[in-house]
Amino acid sequence: MGADLLAMLPELLLLLGALCALVAGSYSPQHAQWRVRWAAAVAVLGSLVAAVVGLAGEPGTAFEGTVALDTATGVARVTVALALLLLLALAGDEVAGHPRESEIVTLLLLAGLGTLLLASATDLALLVVAFLLSSIPLYGLVGIVRRPGSAEATLKTYLLGALFGITLMLGVAVLFGLAGGTAYDDLSGLADASPAAVTAGGLFVLGGLLFKAGAVPAHFWVPDATQGASVTAAGFLTTVPKLGALVAVARLLTHLPDPAGWTVLLGVLAVASMTVGNLAALAQDDVRRLLGWSTVSQVGYLLAAAAVVPSSDLALPALLVYLPAYTVTNLAAFAALGAEPDRHSVTDWAGVGRTRPGVVGGLAVSLLGLVGTPPTAVFVAKLLTIAATWDAGAWWLAVALVGNTLISLAYYLRWLAPAVRREQPSATETDGTRHTAARVAVAAAAGALVLGLAAGPLWLVVTG
Amino acid sequence: MLSVLVFLPVVVAAALLAPSVPDRVARIVFVATAAVEVALAGAVWAAYDDPGPGALALEEQVPWIPGVGSSYHVGVDGLSLPLVLMTTVVFLACAVFAAREQERPRLQAALFLFLEAVSLGLFVSADLILFFVFFDLSIVAMYFSISGWGHGNAARSALRFFLYTFLGSLALLLGFVGLYVASSPHTFDMLELAAEPPLQGTGATGALVLGAILLGLAVKTPTFPFHTWLPPAHSDAPAIGSAVLAAVLLKMGTYGFVRFGMTMLPDAWRAWAPVLVAVGIVSVVWGALVALAQTDLKRMIAYTSVNHMGYVVLAVGAAGLVSSGADDARAVAVTGAVTQMVSHGLLTAALFLLAGVMFDRRADYGLGEYGGLAGPAPRYTALFAVAAFGSLGLPGLSGFVAEFQVFAGSIATAPVAAVATVGILLTAALFLRAFQRVFTGPTAGLAHGFPDVTAREWAPVAGLLLLSVLIGVLPRPLLDLIEPAAVAAAALVSR
Repeated sequence: MGADLLAMLPELLLLLGALCALVAGSYSPQHAQWRVRWAAAVAVLGSLVAAVVGLAGEPGTAFEGTVALDTATGVARVTVALALLLLLALAGDEVAGHPRESEIVTLLLLAGLGTLLLASATDLALLVVAFLLSSIPLYGLVGIVRRPGSAEATLKTYLLGALFGITLMLGVAVLFGLAGGTAYDDLSGLADASPAAVTAGGLFVLGGLLFKAGAVPAHFWVPDATQGASVTAAGFLTTVPKLGALVAVARLLTHLPDPAGWTVLLGVLAVASMTVGNLAALAQDDVRRLLGWSTVSQVGYLLAAAAVVPSSDLALPALLVYLPAYTVTNLAAFAALGAEPDRHSVTDWAGVGRTRPGVVGGLAVSLLGLVGTPPTAVFVAKLLTIAATWDAGAWWLAVALVGNTLISLAYYLRWLAPAVRREQPSATETDGTRHTAARVAVAAAAGALVLGLAAGPLWLVVTG
Repeated sequence: MLSVLVFLPVVVAAALLAPSVPDRVARIVFVATAAVEVALAGAVWAAYDDPGPGALALEEQVPWIPGVGSSYHVGVDGLSLPLVLMTTVVFLACAVFAAREQERPRLQAALFLFLEAVSLGLFVSADLILFFVFFDLSIVAMYFSISGWGHGNAARSALRFFLYTFLGSLALLLGFVGLYVASSPHTFDMLELAAEPPLQGTGATGALVLGAILLGLAVKTPTFPFHTWLPPAHSDAPAIGSAVLAAVLLKMGTYGFVRFGMTMLPDAWRAWAPVLVAVGIVSVVWGALVALAQTDLKRMIAYTSVNHMGYVVLAVGAAGLVSSGADDARAVAVTGAVTQMVSHGLLTAALFLLAGVMFDRRADYGLGEYGGLAGPAPRYTALFAVAAFGSLGLPGLSGFVAEFQVFAGSIATAPVAAVATVGILLTAALFLRAFQRVFTGPTAGLAHGFPDVTAREWAPVAGLLLLSVLIGVLPRPLLDLIEPAAVAAAALVSR
């Protein structure tokens, strides 16, 4: 038990940080809430260190095999911790002085904890718990900062989350009934069960995970929540839950019978995600909504890597490279939004490069990175994913991925091109104090570049 | 040494990004760096020793993504070194030409130095992924050059350029991954892939993979029917952007034909060879015909690029017709193709810089707006005449050396290539017609009071033309460089 707890130190530290933030927040005066954020940051930093140490250690399991402590868990832990650090910095600009500041910090950490459990669970029962733990704080995060549309976004997220939570539980119940156990290792018993029932159970479970990932067909909440929530919450919900969900999908897939069939199914859903996300993003004028749809398409690429995990040795490393690559790149874009919160439409961004070269530089690296322009990290990840899908025999997935990349270029450029143009930016009442967000944008963009150039060492990490 | 050549401009470009650098200093740094690059490329040539078939000189290799067998691997051979030399020369010419740039000169210098590094990096790459990285970055840099410093409908043309060539690059990437997946052990290394070509004897699969690669390269080159992005990109790009686009970026496509098509997929290349010959001939004739119909000088030059790149495609296609062509004829065709890349680079860069002079003075490229320009601007006229004659393939200039070899090699292999000689005739007609309209006769229209070229304008153009004449009169040093590699490439196709 003691050893198990020690092995779960990154998760425990997040929990501790969340509790401390909640308690300290209640006892800190309004003007000193920043302490809460710093305390939380220290906890996350501790979690990061513990995660790195854990990643260097031997793989194993904890709590009687319900939690896997392998490379995938390690990468998820490190990535989530890094994302939380960036988001806490981003929150410093946006929600400092907000009456619910400490609650926001608490929810961020709790939802991050839920994501980590989602990534490491190798037991269906734990998967349900992890789903709830990562979902419920999310509903709060979306609505806690009142903005136009935040109420609708919260309701949508909550209703969809409740629906897919129920399908997840239903699927778990079905699989449990068929296999006679909830541990993933027990799922080998499904081989003798009725294929139709297994398919139904697996579909229900995957439905829940796809909600967390924000992928088709459970993606409807993503653009609304991205547009309605605060930038911090939007950055969180388009990044962190996906990390856990995709690792969970990859894990589950290797334990279900008939992996080839599941690969095709998930591959189709991946293509649908990319295509729907891209086509919808093409028509957007609001940059937040555009980014929201863009994340739907991005998760399609990630899902493509997850889908071929059973049939290609390259797929899991590809996915594990993609997770941190996507995280830093996507957060750089949201940090740029956070630095210029009053610029809503694409045209509002025209000429901003003149006045804020750092922000637009970060945005340029981030958006071109999301397209997959070398030498950014997403390029390496996308390349690995294409190679993995082709290697698995799913060449159609590779072709769809490449075709969608081209579509995505159109809307990223529609935003980026006016931003770097020569004209004078439109005057919006920016208070000009959002310096931390600008620094986060630059730092995350630099991270996206460095991660791409340092793909060699990263590869060594993700291959254990 | 190659790494210094490639990364020096990047370092300088990064330094130029500091807002505290004054414009004047930035211009000087731009010229100085470009000059150092020429010297470095010269030093590379001096240190170069023909590495023999299947090897590269001055190799450097550092692992990058070991998991997929991709590394930072650079080196030069007889196919790439001429292009490296040409690239540094063209950039130096552009740097000098841009010495009076008023529009954000510091950022422009940084962008073009970055572009120079990317172009050089591409030509020395010996790894498919490294090649692709530079290929994509060249698109991004050129996009910003057109949208940031272009005129007319620059944003639209730049976007079209980006989307079109990005599509090409993605097709290329698919082809590369296909090569990777088929190779055993999996690798992206060009030398290993050329030594043991994967997908030999696989029929349709190999043809499809090569098809993806050819599509990517054909868009970049561009050949008929993928050339429609080129004229708008050129006509709205700044002068030095056009020069670099035509002289260097187009070569990335044609260089790719020789570098991976022929050597890594010989089986499929032979299957595609008739198509390439046909596409080459159509590009030659179509490009010349459409150029003949242009009334805008820059668009006309842009279409002659389609025509000139057609010769290259024709030659590399003919090199794949193993059954009907003698080995030495095919090698001559490849030599001609590489020579044509160098020659076209020098001559088109000169022509676009001259077009830029016209735009700087009068903001108009219309051929009909000028008349009798020889009167007010004799030096400009002389330079334009030399460049035009070079471009139409007059003996004594580099274009003749190149096109003669292309035809000698191609017609010996595929007699149908003789049809493409029509292209030469058409090019001659269109250049002479344009020359006649703009420069001869009584001074008319915008030509009144047209100031002649200044030293800053004629020196870079004259330098480029001088090199072209030098190659035309004394082609031996260049051919000695190219021939062994061309023979090796022609031999690899027949495996």
